[in-house]
Amino acid sequence: MKLVAALFGGAVFGAGLVISGMTEPGNIIAFLNIAPGWNAALIVVMASALAVTFIGYRLLAGRSAPLFDDAFHTPTKQQLDPRLLTGAVVFGVGWGVSGYCPGPAIVGTFLLDERALIFMVGYLVGVGIYELADRRFTTPALTDG
Amino acid sequence: MLNALIGGVLIGLAAVWMHASLGRVAGISGIFAQALKPPYGKALWAIAFVIGLGVGGWVATAGLDAEYARMALDPLTLALGGVIVGIGTRLGSGCTSGHGVCGTARLSKRSIVATMIFVSVGMLTGTIVHGVLA
Repeated sequence: MKLVAALFGGAVFGAGLVISGMTEPGNIIAFLNIAPGWNAALIVVMASALAVTFIGYRLLAGRSAPLFDDAFHTPTKQQLDPRLLTGAVVFGVGWGVSGYCPGPAIVGTFLLDERALIFMVGYLVGVGIYELADRRFTTPALTDG
Repeated sequence: MLNALIGGVLIGLAAVWMHASLGRVAGISGIFAQALKPPYGKALWAIAFVIGLGVGGWVATAGLDAEYARMALDPLTLALGGVIVGIGTRLGSGCTSGHGVCGTARLSKRSIVATMIFVSVGMLTGTIVHGVLA
């Protein structure tokens, strides 16, 4: 049941990314590049996703456990740290350069979009570099998701 | 604009569903990392979610006439962007979905700050690389 639930969740998410135009990096770049013809549609995508999630999370707030697991796995970390801040800056640079963030790139790879494929090869290299550096220099950190 | 709204609502519903059903944050960089990480039997749900992304993307592409103009991008730009996003999302523990949607929706200070940073830096970088230098 867990697997079916996750597959379903992924499918709805993937459909949302395609329909909203997030899987076309040109749309993202048209939002991140502040110039004539600026694309504000991404604000609508983010705002509507955020509004639905905000309401949904609150409706579920009284529950002690999710439907198919023993407990919620919500991140508990509170404080801002250099890793978070540096990571957000680095991610922003890569997003602005390529127009891709991980979700749309994964969907694009499944759709055999060669741009997404090339990005994902780089992405895997980047994750590998992070894992190597992390193992060498620090203790593992908790993830926010 | 209607597509942006429908797509955004679907993304939100998927995030709520992942919380309601599995108690998980629908943060794609985090889920993808769990799908890749051994031992593989432990996070089968993460692999199922990633496959689901492909299935949903395929169905939406086949069933809808949501055609967007394709932007040609230099392979080196894409590969370099991928490396940078790979490092940044792991170091910062999340991306647009995990911090931007899920974390911000539960009013996590970490996620709100991270989102403000990567959107601002993304705009600065996008404007320089695709506006000023292009």
